Amino acid sequence: MLLRDAGVPVLEGVHCTTVDEALNAYDALGSKVVAVKSQIHAGGRGKGTMYTPGTKDVVMEGGVKIAFSKDEVKTYASNILGNLLVTIQTGGEGKIVNNLYIEAGCDIAHEYYLALLVDRDTKSVLIMASTEGGMDIEEVAEHTPELIHKVVVDANIGLLGFQKRDLGMALGLSGASLKSFGKMLSSMYTMFCAEDCAMVEINPLVRTGADEMVALDAKVSFDENAEFRHKNWDDLRDLSEEEDTEIRAKETGLSYVKLDGNIGCLVNGAGLAMATMDVIKLYGGEPANFLDVGGGANEEQVKTAFSIILEDQNVKGILVNIFGGIMRCDIIARGVIAATEALSLEVPLVVRLAGTNVDEGKAILASSTLNIHPADDLAEGAQKIVALIGGEQ
Amino acid sequence: MAIWIEEDAKVLVQGITGKQGMFHADKMVEYGTQIVGGCTPGKGGQTVELQGKQFPVWHSMTEAITATDADATVIYVPPPFAAEAIMEAADAFDSLKGEGVIVCITEGIPTLDMVKAVAYVDNRPGVRLIGPNCPGIITPGASGGAKIGIMPGHIHAKGRIGIVSKSGTLTYEAVAQTMSIDEGQSTCVGIGGDPVNGTGFIECLAAFEHDSQTEAIIMIGEIGGNAEQEAAAWAADNVTKPIVGFVAGATAPPGKRMGHAGAIISGGKGTAEEKFAAFRAAGIACAMDPSELGKVLLESLKTAGLR
Repeated sequence: MLLRDAGVPVLEGVHCTTVDEALNAYDALGSKVVAVKSQIHAGGRGKGTMYTPGTKDVVMEGGVKIAFSKDEVKTYASNILGNLLVTIQTGGEGKIVNNLYIEAGCDIAHEYYLALLVDRDTKSVLIMASTEGGMDIEEVAEHTPELIHKVVVDANIGLLGFQKRDLGMALGLSGASLKSFGKMLSSMYTMFCAEDCAMVEINPLVRTGADEMVALDAKVSFDENAEFRHKNWDDLRDLSEEEDTEIRAKETGLSYVKLDGNIGCLVNGAGLAMATMDVIKLYGGEPANFLDVGGGANEEQVKTAFSIILEDQNVKGILVNIFGGIMRCDIIARGVIAATEALSLEVPLVVRLAGTNVDEGKAILASSTLNIHPADDLAEGAQKIVALIGGEQ
Repeated sequence: MAIWIEEDAKVLVQGITGKQGMFHADKMVEYGTQIVGGCTPGKGGQTVELQGKQFPVWHSMTEAITATDADATVIYVPPPFAAEAIMEAADAFDSLKGEGVIVCITEGIPTLDMVKAVAYVDNRPGVRLIGPNCPGIITPGASGGAKIGIMPGHIHAKGRIGIVSKSGTLTYEAVAQTMSIDEGQSTCVGIGGDPVNGTGFIECLAAFEHDSQTEAIIMIGEIGGNAEQEAAAWAADNVTKPIVGFVAGATAPPGKRMGHAGAIISGGKGTAEEKFAAFRAAGIACAMDPSELGKVLLESLKTAGLR
């Protein structure tokens, strides 16, 4: 585990993927009270709800449970593994839990909240802490922001001693616990920078009866831009939690996010791709996806983009919206034709081209025998595709 | 006058010997940008051919600025080395001239590298960073002009509308929309879609407000963070020129990164709805559809007695 390797005090625990492993872990830890924790890449697990994946029947309230006996470990582990956990951060569809963490109990004097993150406002690493540890930090932030204490780290100097003391004292720590807190912060900040984290959240951070600070639960997210210098990240990913098409899109250099609607979009540029979705909605349609083919897409990428869009069974029509800058409209037009032919496209297709070589692009589309509907601007394109799929219902 | 970059600005290209750098340097020369050479460590002394002319390459930014007295540099260096390229340029501009504009096009720079680079640039008050992960900055001229970045030059024309945007292709949409109502642009700035960047909306608005050529402003934001809200609040008190706004991402689901590293709604904050509301509260005329920016701009110009 990252935190332990970085020297942050954590409780003894065992990672499990089956109920039997969980029971063995209980015996091995030798602690009468243990925490049984769902491991998914989202927060709010304690307050979440477990459901059966297909029928969506409620199995259990809470994705993190305290077990006082081996029998309880068995019950909780069975209720969690293979089931769906819906939390405030997973969205309605929830996430299937394939991993459990069985953790030894500890003597808790107080629970705190601690997080390190890159703050966009100060353009710096921000450390936030609160005495209100436990499960509701979003609510603390909303209702009692004064209970959240912050320090901003100067990137070219690093975390300073007084900053650690100030933050610890704001939490009411003193003596041994203040010292333990400072040491923990140093380790965490070093890890944050070395591992290119985007956010490290410890919730709860506890002060034990012996005045030691221990991280009970943590959530770490990384900066995807830094992937090139962290080959170890692949081991930390749970690909089963990620959308298969989103992974494949990323491998081809496309940026794709699946949505719930029925109009597929293929756009160049992230901002324009978002705006295209927005305008589809504005004219009464529902976008099926976000898809940015980037600034320099080639014919092959356009084809992959189409195949990814068409894998979504909900898609009833496609809107292509390209503002050719460096990318030339004639190349896009050829790519669109090649892709629609290769994939024998059956759903209606509206293509809006603008920018570099737009006339050549339009001429190429017009000369094809394919059923492609041209549009001059985004609004016209969105209105056309909405009308076309409405006509089919 | 325009903002930060005059039509005849002297521009260097960092990463000029790379594929991207050379391609775009060529396009910039074609547009009329006064490219004065480039910098690639280890390749000093070579030359690069752009539009049939030879341009010098230097080992370092200190050498390059000393030799050319450049006003600006544009960076096409790959992500692992881009933050250092920014800092090298900042140091050279600061020590040699006390001022300079750095435009970083590179997408995918690690955020913590940018945290350092931005702090480094901020310690050198005469130096301005635009980007990263942006289309760049363009000041169209009566003929030619200064195009510093990757935007298609031919869609622009000199005029009185200032444009600032987080998104590249949406900036082009905005440019096309101004042209659709026979208006040109003073300067168009892409500030980039990364969570940690250089120049922000407020600095752009302030510069447009003080620029005599600019008479109205288009501001385009997107989901994530609260730069748009802060800029709108600031504009309400400080900007007298009409502003037209659009925010992309009204249909974006929470917690998902929409292409740009910074375009994410987290903890229910940074939604398009929130940003549009802030725009309206500040008296910014909003287009709900980027194809209506021209129409909304025209109305704003008429209301202000500018048409």
